[in-house]
Amino acid sequence: MKAFLILEDGTVFEGTHIGAHKKEVISEIVFNTSMAGYLEVLTDPSYAGQAVCMTYPLIGNYGICTDDMESKKPWPDGFIVRELSRNFSNFRADFSIQQFLEQNNVLGIAGIDTRALTKILREKGTMNGMITTDEQYKKDEILPRLKAYTTGKVVEKVTCKEKYEIQGVRDLSENGALSGSAKFVPEDYKAGKREKKPSLVKKLNGAGKKVALLDFGMKDNIAYSLKIRGCDVTVYPATTPATEIIAANPNGIMLSNGPGDPKECTSIIAEIKKLYDTNIPIFAICLGHQLMALATGADTYKMKYGHRGGNHPVKDLATGRVYISSQNHGYVVDMDKLDSKVATPAFVNVNDGTNEGLSYTGKNIFTVQFHPEACCGPQDSGYLFDRFIDMMEVTR
Amino acid sequence: MPKNPNVKKVMVIGSGPIIIGQAAEFDYAGTQACRSLKEEGIEVVLVNSNPATIMTDRDIADKVYIEPLTIKVLEQIIEKEKPDSILPTLGGQAGLNLGMELEESGFLASHHVKLLGTTAATIRKAEDRQAFKDTMEKIGEPCAASLVVENVEDGVAFTKTIGYPVVLRPAYTLGGSGGGIAHNQLELEEILENGLRLSRVGQVLVERCIAGWKEIEYEVMRDSVGNCITVCNMENIDPVGVHTGDSIVVAPSQTLSDKEYQMLRTSALNIISELNITGGCNVQFALHPTSFEYCVIEVNPRVSRSSALASKATGYPIAKVAAKIALGYTLDEIKNAITGKTYASFEPTLDYCVVKMPRLPFDKFITAKRTLTTQMKATGEVMSICTNFEGALMKAIRSLEQHVDCLRSYDFSELDKEALLRRMQRVDDQRIYVIAEALRKGIDYDTIYDITRIDRWFIDKIAVLVEMEHALETKPLTLELLKEAKRLEFPDSVIARLAGMEESKVKQMRYTNHVTASFKMVDTCAAEFEASTPYYYSCYDGVNEAVETNPPKKVLVLGSGPIRIGQGVEFDYCSVHATWAFAKAGYETIIVNNNPETVSTDFDIADKLYFEPLTPEDVENIVNIEKPDGAVVQFGGQTAIKLTESLMKMGVPILGTKAEDVDAAEDRELFDKILEDTQIPRAAGGTVYTAEEAKAVANRLGYPVLVRPSYVLGGQGMQIAISDKEIEEFMEIINRIAQDHPILVDKYLQGKELEVDAVCDGTDILIPGIMEHIERTGVHSGDSISVYPAHTITTKVKETITEYTRRLAKALHVKGLINIQFIAVGEEVFVIEVNPRSSRTVPYISKVTGIPIVDLATEVIIGKTIRELGYEPGLQKEAAYVAIKMPVFSFEKIRGAEISLGPEMKSTGECLGIAKTFNEALYKAFLGAGIDLPRHKRMIITVKDADKGEAIEIGKRFEKLGYTIYATRSTAKALNDAGVKAKKVNKIQQESPTVMDLILGHKIDLVIDTPTQGRDKSRDGFLIRRTSIETGVNCITALDTAKALATSLENKNENPLTLVNITEL
Repeated sequence: MKAFLILEDGTVFEGTHIGAHKKEVISEIVFNTSMAGYLEVLTDPSYAGQAVCMTYPLIGNYGICTDDMESKKPWPDGFIVRELSRNFSNFRADFSIQQFLEQNNVLGIAGIDTRALTKILREKGTMNGMITTDEQYKKDEILPRLKAYTTGKVVEKVTCKEKYEIQGVRDLSENGALSGSAKFVPEDYKAGKREKKPSLVKKLNGAGKKVALLDFGMKDNIAYSLKIRGCDVTVYPATTPATEIIAANPNGIMLSNGPGDPKECTSIIAEIKKLYDTNIPIFAICLGHQLMALATGADTYKMKYGHRGGNHPVKDLATGRVYISSQNHGYVVDMDKLDSKVATPAFVNVNDGTNEGLSYTGKNIFTVQFHPEACCGPQDSGYLFDRFIDMMEVTR
Repeated sequence: MPKNPNVKKVMVIGSGPIIIGQAAEFDYAGTQACRSLKEEGIEVVLVNSNPATIMTDRDIADKVYIEPLTIKVLEQIIEKEKPDSILPTLGGQAGLNLGMELEESGFLASHHVKLLGTTAATIRKAEDRQAFKDTMEKIGEPCAASLVVENVEDGVAFTKTIGYPVVLRPAYTLGGSGGGIAHNQLELEEILENGLRLSRVGQVLVERCIAGWKEIEYEVMRDSVGNCITVCNMENIDPVGVHTGDSIVVAPSQTLSDKEYQMLRTSALNIISELNITGGCNVQFALHPTSFEYCVIEVNPRVSRSSALASKATGYPIAKVAAKIALGYTLDEIKNAITGKTYASFEPTLDYCVVKMPRLPFDKFITAKRTLTTQMKATGEVMSICTNFEGALMKAIRSLEQHVDCLRSYDFSELDKEALLRRMQRVDDQRIYVIAEALRKGIDYDTIYDITRIDRWFIDKIAVLVEMEHALETKPLTLELLKEAKRLEFPDSVIARLAGMEESKVKQMRYTNHVTASFKMVDTCAAEFEASTPYYYSCYDGVNEAVETNPPKKVLVLGSGPIRIGQGVEFDYCSVHATWAFAKAGYETIIVNNNPETVSTDFDIADKLYFEPLTPEDVENIVNIEKPDGAVVQFGGQTAIKLTESLMKMGVPILGTKAEDVDAAEDRELFDKILEDTQIPRAAGGTVYTAEEAKAVANRLGYPVLVRPSYVLGGQGMQIAISDKEIEEFMEIINRIAQDHPILVDKYLQGKELEVDAVCDGTDILIPGIMEHIERTGVHSGDSISVYPAHTITTKVKETITEYTRRLAKALHVKGLINIQFIAVGEEVFVIEVNPRSSRTVPYISKVTGIPIVDLATEVIIGKTIRELGYEPGLQKEAAYVAIKMPVFSFEKIRGAEISLGPEMKSTGECLGIAKTFNEALYKAFLGAGIDLPRHKRMIITVKDADKGEAIEIGKRFEKLGYTIYATRSTAKALNDAGVKAKKVNKIQQESPTVMDLILGHKIDLVIDTPTQGRDKSRDGFLIRRTSIETGVNCITALDTAKALATSLENKNENPLTLVNITEL
């Protein structure tokens, strides 16, 4: 079946329908440059309210390995690819990406020139678009609808409804083998026993730490990164009042990633200000980082087309070291409007010089724009979780 | 961290002659690195024995020494030039080994020379098997269970504990030389013994066999402060067991989830960090296909063939960045030249799929085993880029220029299911065609996977292509079907063949419906940032990005495709120089090529680079977009020449010599007419199509005769026949491939072979020099030792050659380059062959005479005359130096290849000996080719009857040199009768000790074995030659070569060699 992608600027791409059997969807169109990890992208709640175009042309090659989902379901409104593999091959694959999109009601389009689309977004900036299967679509009627569309308050949609707890690992061996030295036992595999993923962590340096994790649309690997280091994590809904969190007396607080314009989250920002005023160590990622900045008087702005992919270099200004990071953001903290008495830049993007992290003056707070939890993408900055744990240690 | 101010003068070590496992990629890396160093104001001293390279040009380095790559020579150069640092990580394994030896001996320290880039300690840790294993163990990175052994017994004992099969990897060898998989004790002993001998340090790693696992590679960069990135990862379609150089490789990996991708990426970064490598590095992994288990196979602490591939696949210039890192820069200080916006501390991301295929030499070595193992056999490779895997594979196949254009090009349709399954067990270069046939016969993916261990995803992709073939054959060619076939990169010719229509009809249907190729950019960043470098590939499912430019003048330079025997790096040298010369003359330059190892496919050589197959259809797609004012074909070897006719049909003017004149040189009748008109003699001969006709001509001329197809490279298919029976045999082989052109049968003349490269402006000619071959006619010119200036011919012969060259160039209306081979019998000169194009001797003769003939030829093509360029026409004054080009072979890599020299070219590379005297030049040339004698002063002579007389003379000379001579029965008798002491040894079939035992005893310096005329039927001779080569014994099959070696040894003296800086010539 034919499908069309209609952009706010009037451009139309004709392709093939994939995924959900529904007529149309309107969303903000963004692109992601990761070559692997389409499932992690699809299940990253930060994509709520957006339709993602993968710049890598061959998607679905290794099917869906449900173990790798970053949340319980896919969040993008639409999925845009050049070619969806008709067959998949991987020892862990449970089913095909076609099935996954269909079952989860994600409409998509394949067979379009994703590079041409990417160039439009790069040159004109992120814009809204519609994926439709209606061959009789009327552009004049659609374009005003596209212009009118806003992502709105999406954090409420993606956050957990109730708080829940994740117990930290008590013994290193629960994490699975270090690197790939695991012995493969064919009999076990045939019997359905899946070996654990290789672990990066060699020490349970977070053992016994209690972390309150605010879920603004959290990728599971944030909680997992704390868990495998031994931390006991309590995940709270985004709207949880600061008083409740402070009352639980955590050793540290984590603010997660999440979707949308940070400035929409006015009430959450007010609560975060209260967390800032305590002496509890705080580590924030992505949206959490932006919200903390807004809570302390800084400003954010929308980037032309954002950073989405697994190849962005960020420089740790404390050491001068450059790390390749996983990124997914459309908004960024305005470095020009930063009050150095409150916060100073800790990381900067090597490509475009935008802010990638802040260190809060006189506080045990540091925040990053990129994703140290990876998934998908490079694991180079995983050490930041250890830095957070060290911070909790000092403050204890 | 900014540049280290203490680095001012750097010596760069090249990789020497091109051999299998160490090819053009190091010319690319070295050239890029030298340019990168010079950009920083560093004085560069370059040492490389290979004259065919671009890196040995006077424009690339400040001082260039084309000298043998030995420790002594390098020490001498260091003493003379006093560099403050040396950079050994860009010259392949050869360069690295030399750098290490200089460091280990303390020479560098005592001369205050620093090793730039990676330290010696790091190299040791990565290269020494045990040290590497210990390091991996320390950081918890798994390696396959293994043990380094120094003798066969330990190897056998260890294997008993881990079980067969085991993989054997000798330490410090090239391209997996001497390695292999042993399935039983017999194989183990055989491979191990060979491997121990080939290893520089006498060590072989015996390892648990992980054959069948996925083979994944990462190219990693790291700077001195510890920043590291991965440039690219690659997945081998052929699982572990086939050398990655012989595998079909895809980039990026296709069947790895992010978990596996990142697991291995993190591991690669951990490894490079622990080894403390600064610069580029390649890490190879084996990944279990159904678990997270992996093993680190190998780390190369230097730029490699894979890094050249990764550079071209991503647009990230690894060698350039490695050179900057060596100077002290950090990754975040080095600009990404493609985008101009990002930095080297950025991981390229691809929005296309890249496929690399090896160019295997089995068309040259028809007796060789086609089996692919851990020992690399490919001489070169092609790369292709497309938006889908199927398309990239199809493009790669037709880029190979091996008479293949689709998955039906090898026909296995006769095999039934069972036979196919059996055939599929064989791991060789035809396996994907066998798989395609299996799919046609309905064999399921699982069965194919169980046998081949090729991932089902790739099998499915082959199935997509097979289904398209079927659709084209059985369904009407609708527009929709045509579009899909083109998306999968089916060429028009294949579509036409399958659909049963004319190719022109397919093309017409395409053009009418606007189904045309679009071009996309390789930009390192998947379009996230704007890129300004026009590096393009084609596809059929997207918008065209190639920007139409309208410069005053625009030229298309056709490259030479994959490196193969007979068409090597020298044609890339010519293409690159022509490009630069056109640019200097104000042309916009466009290069089309498909070889990832070469300088010509570096994105900053031409104004525009099209990474595409060199077929008429693919080139026409480019012509349609670019509309060049002309194309130049005379620099790209046969690959480019073959495109002449098609280019003319497209309406593209051929710059320089016209197509009809190229034809006249190849067409027997036209050429005979020209020779008649110009009164130039040639050996009598005739053209034939069938064996009957050939025999008639041969009998008219009298045996021996030369038999060869026209329009071939490197004498492919050329043979000397001495009987009707041999004619029948050779004609059968030649006609296995349908011949578009007649076959030539010529009287075989014995004399001195001479060669010239000349520039002709239509009126005048310029001959930089005459080269003389040491081997008599019958040995291919590319396999002959070539001497400049010709030293044994009279002035009269020289004058005749000059005159004939002038007449021929004029008669053929040559504008540009012409290469002519002559034979002098006494004072009489005959023409053997005329090629109105560049040749393999062009770089060599340019360098030794200091006359830039490619530049001159380009100027002439543009319209200048030789006089206007400041040269007096005619044969130029002889240089004050003697330069000898020595062929270098890779026989030890190709099991079962016949090594005896003949009219068909077999060498893979060459080195140069340059000196004031003939004797020193000859000695240097042998030394450069790795022949460093005497060692044991024992040799074997076994020659055919006709050669016995000359063998006596040679025997006498070696006896005088103190050699003990062993000889087989009749040779021994001949020698002894003539008063040369020779010990008789038994033939192979006779009782021990036989000639074979002698060779295997490792105490023999040299074997001189001349095979019986024509094809050597005797397995004895063949076995002797093969065993010599495989045990590292020098084996000479031409008496002239043996005489030259004797001359060289007779004149060897203990004085240090004189050094020649060719920039001062």
